[in-house]
Amino acid sequence: MQHETTQQDGFVVVSLSGEVDLSAAPEVRRLILEQVTAGAATLVKLAGVTYIDSSGIACLVEGHQAAKRKGSRFGLLQISEPVLSVLALARLDKVFALYNAVPGPAGG
Amino acid sequence: MTQPLLLDLRFKADPAWLGTVRERVRSTAMGLVHDARWVADVVLAVNEACVNVIQHAYQGNATGEIVLRMKQAGVFLEIALLDFAPPVAIEEIQPRALEDIRPGGLGTHFIRTLMDRCEYANLAGGTGNLLRMQKRLCAPPTSTLVGNTGN
Repeated sequence: MQHETTQQDGFVVVSLSGEVDLSAAPEVRRLILEQVTAGAATLVKLAGVTYIDSSGIACLVEGHQAAKRKGSRFGLLQISEPVLSVLALARLDKVFALYNAVPGPAGG
Repeated sequence: MTQPLLLDLRFKADPAWLGTVRERVRSTAMGLVHDARWVADVVLAVNEACVNVIQHAYQGNATGEIVLRMKQAGVFLEIALLDFAPPVAIEEIQPRALEDIRPGGLGTHFIRTLMDRCEYANLAGGTGNLLRMQKRLCAPPTSTLVGNTGN
């Protein structure tokens, strides 16, 4: 699993690529929660993710819930087909805010 | 007549092994059915079964061992996953309600949705657990899993 964290239009974009499984989950969880708990509007970019399992999905759910508690924005950006398939299997594809591009500036 | 094993793999209950296991399962499944969706279903189900063993049976003890066997049984692909951890309470292996949105608890739901049959058993002798799963060869797809599933 590879990752990169950038900023765009007021969002922190955490980009993940490769395989997001149980071995990668601790790092993914840390990357996401680090931003969310700091109150940053956070997007997790998943365009380059070729495989995700329930451990990776759990990291996304945890980020979503932490952002809700914090009152900050959280969403998934450019979801790859393998990720969308697993989200749908978990019936979570309607739970997350999904974006094809970074939405308008995150203003507070 | 007993069918020969298509895959007989023994590995540590270490998450670092999962990528290798998925690759072996993928290539074995592809040898039976040339359908990316069917293969992706099998790969995810086996991955989730391994994750459950690592997290719940061995409780993170990466020195434990897992044995994975795959064979064709009539019109089914049959997968057996054995561990040598203390017996788990089979009645407690339940998926969470999907409307209860929280991290975790999805692996068992994935396995039951993706495979046609699955059954758990405690091994005789007081140590070890067995998960036997079957998926019909060339069955209509049970999920929307598609596309690149690894590498």
